[in-house]
Amino acid sequence: MDIFYFLIFPGFLFAALVGLVFTWVDRKVTARLQWRVGPPFLQPFYDFGKLLSKEITVPKQGERISFLLAPFLGLLATALVATILGFSIVFPARGFIGDLIVVLYLLIIPSLAIIIGGFAAANPLSSIGASREMKMIMAYELPFILAILVPVIKSDYSVNINLIMLSQQQHGATAGSLSGFIAFIVCLLVVQAKLALPPFDIPEAETELMAGPCIEYSGGLLALFKLTRAMLLFLLPLFLVILFFGGISVSGWHLLAGILKIVLVLVIIVIIKNTNPRLRIDQALRFFWVNCTLLSILAILLAYLGL
Amino acid sequence: MEKKEVIVPIGPYHPLLEEPEFFKLFCEGEKVVGIDWIAGYNHRGIEKISEGKSYDQVPFLVERICGICSTSHPLAYVNAVENLVGLEIPERAKYIRTFIAEMERIHSHLLWVGLAGHFLGYNTVFMWAWKWREPTLDIMELVTGNRGNYGIMCPGGVRRDMSEEDFPFVQSKLDDIKTKVEMLTKAVLDDPVLLARLKGVGILTAQDIHNYGAVGPVARASGVAIDVRRDDPYAAYNMLDWEMVVVTEGDMLARAKVRLLEIFQSIKIVEQCMARLKEIKGDIVVKVREVPPGEGIGHAEAPRGECFHYVRSDGTNRPIRHKIRAPSYVCIPTFEKSVVGGQIADALICLAGVDPCYCCTERLSAVAENGKTLDGETLLRLSVEKTEALKAKGTPV
Repeated sequence: MDIFYFLIFPGFLFAALVGLVFTWVDRKVTARLQWRVGPPFLQPFYDFGKLLSKEITVPKQGERISFLLAPFLGLLATALVATILGFSIVFPARGFIGDLIVVLYLLIIPSLAIIIGGFAAANPLSSIGASREMKMIMAYELPFILAILVPVIKSDYSVNINLIMLSQQQHGATAGSLSGFIAFIVCLLVVQAKLALPPFDIPEAETELMAGPCIEYSGGLLALFKLTRAMLLFLLPLFLVILFFGGISVSGWHLLAGILKIVLVLVIIVIIKNTNPRLRIDQALRFFWVNCTLLSILAILLAYLGL
Repeated sequence: MEKKEVIVPIGPYHPLLEEPEFFKLFCEGEKVVGIDWIAGYNHRGIEKISEGKSYDQVPFLVERICGICSTSHPLAYVNAVENLVGLEIPERAKYIRTFIAEMERIHSHLLWVGLAGHFLGYNTVFMWAWKWREPTLDIMELVTGNRGNYGIMCPGGVRRDMSEEDFPFVQSKLDDIKTKVEMLTKAVLDDPVLLARLKGVGILTAQDIHNYGAVGPVARASGVAIDVRRDDPYAAYNMLDWEMVVVTEGDMLARAKVRLLEIFQSIKIVEQCMARLKEIKGDIVVKVREVPPGEGIGHAEAPRGECFHYVRSDGTNRPIRHKIRAPSYVCIPTFEKSVVGGQIADALICLAGVDPCYCCTERLSAVAENGKTLDGETLLRLSVEKTEALKAKGTPV
């Protein structure tokens, strides 16, 4: 049964399908913002299928095994995140104390996979991209963890995702308070960076590094990276909604409201993506370490004071 | 410990470049420590083809040097021929030429703004600027019949007259562009993230501009006031009221500023042209019967700077030598100054900052072997020798 949860629902397959639909929302909203028509609904599925049918090339000088395994590593971790987050909503009993911390760890793994793949490809552009990705992880993880302490404090120091959600359903959403709102803003920016969207698409910088770490990937392996990214596009907004907007409950109207919340967060992310140019790596580093870290420390202090 | 340099290749095919071109960035980590430029992917032998065309046919050829500044080259060429013949063209033709040249500047600068946004990862600006550029193409289509290569310049005047009936349409579209560009200028100059990326990046001082001989908006952004339209007026520029836009900072922001502000000046010039064209009637072309032996030079201020043409005649109906120097040719070497020492991310926006046009630039390819440059005859001999060798082997050629 566990394998069903992991592979079908709420794990891999479910997250992948919803993720691809979410990339369609991203592409459609982007297109409308840019006075374009945008792709048809099934376009992300067509793209995925097309990539699967293409040839996989492995660079001769690259590190073959890590090059081939990296995309799977990212995908497995993401599917596990989907399972844990899904459990906390659908089967609260299956949650465990500390699953928040596990999710935080697992969310780093897709980025690590990109770094491994980028370095394994032995291409100067992908190496630069991978080293930038590494700097980005170091930049955003600190404010991310600090900001996530706020909902933990708010829910009476529980590190169980389901308890955080329940406490919000009783006392109101975390984002409704001042500290929660500040923490939400910080987390939103970090999510932007985790998804490698402008202004933090520095590792992939299309016009500089030509997709950076993914430059040597083709065919099915590239499709896996894209799928991981698509799943994260669904899971990270879901994670934010769980932590700051009281999550989702699966009964009638509440489910619809939950979906609306996720889509709203997604649309905010897409709007930020389309109204900003790419930052330079040193600027991004300074932004996360100084501005965001200070903001999250402020938020923690406020939360401690009960604001 | 010895530091290891990595070569980051920008090109020959790269999303940053609309055309094939190759820049090697020598990098230590994220820092650029050197740059090399390898040209020659775009050589089409235009100057040689031009020697086989009659004077009237050449404008169509040089128009196809570049798709973006497709009227600067014909304009510089007809200036050269008129200089050679010693011809004064009708006043109406002068205004029509000015009109076309300035409309082209508007479209080219808007195109650059869009591309600059794209290079910074700001695709919304890319799409919006290009949408707002559409009306200029509509105007061109109405006035000249073409959206791209206008085919309007000919030695002695212009090929097609403008009709007064079109002016209200042109004016309404211009007003449209004006409000949009005002909004865009404000948005660019107010956006903190854009400022962070542009300000103080790729600085070129006035001295650097003199040293490299850079021209056009790049020079004017560094406080060097050069503009062919004012320094050696052609067409109707000395009869119109306009100002040269000069900014002194010399960074990327200044280059963007110069181009955005020049759009307003161009709109002003186009409006004056329309007002004058309503008053001036008469011929639009003087027939050029004969081109005497001699040489002529002509230049025009293309959107990217001074475009220079030299024509030599031996009295027949074809130029025996036609030399072209496009503005990017002198602007590209400034990369050595603006790019080296910066980060990779800054280097790339600097490459875009001079608005380089590679198909304009590549007039000559030199082939070198063992450090020795091979001339045309040697190349021909080598080619014949190889053919002979292949034939001798019996391999199909």
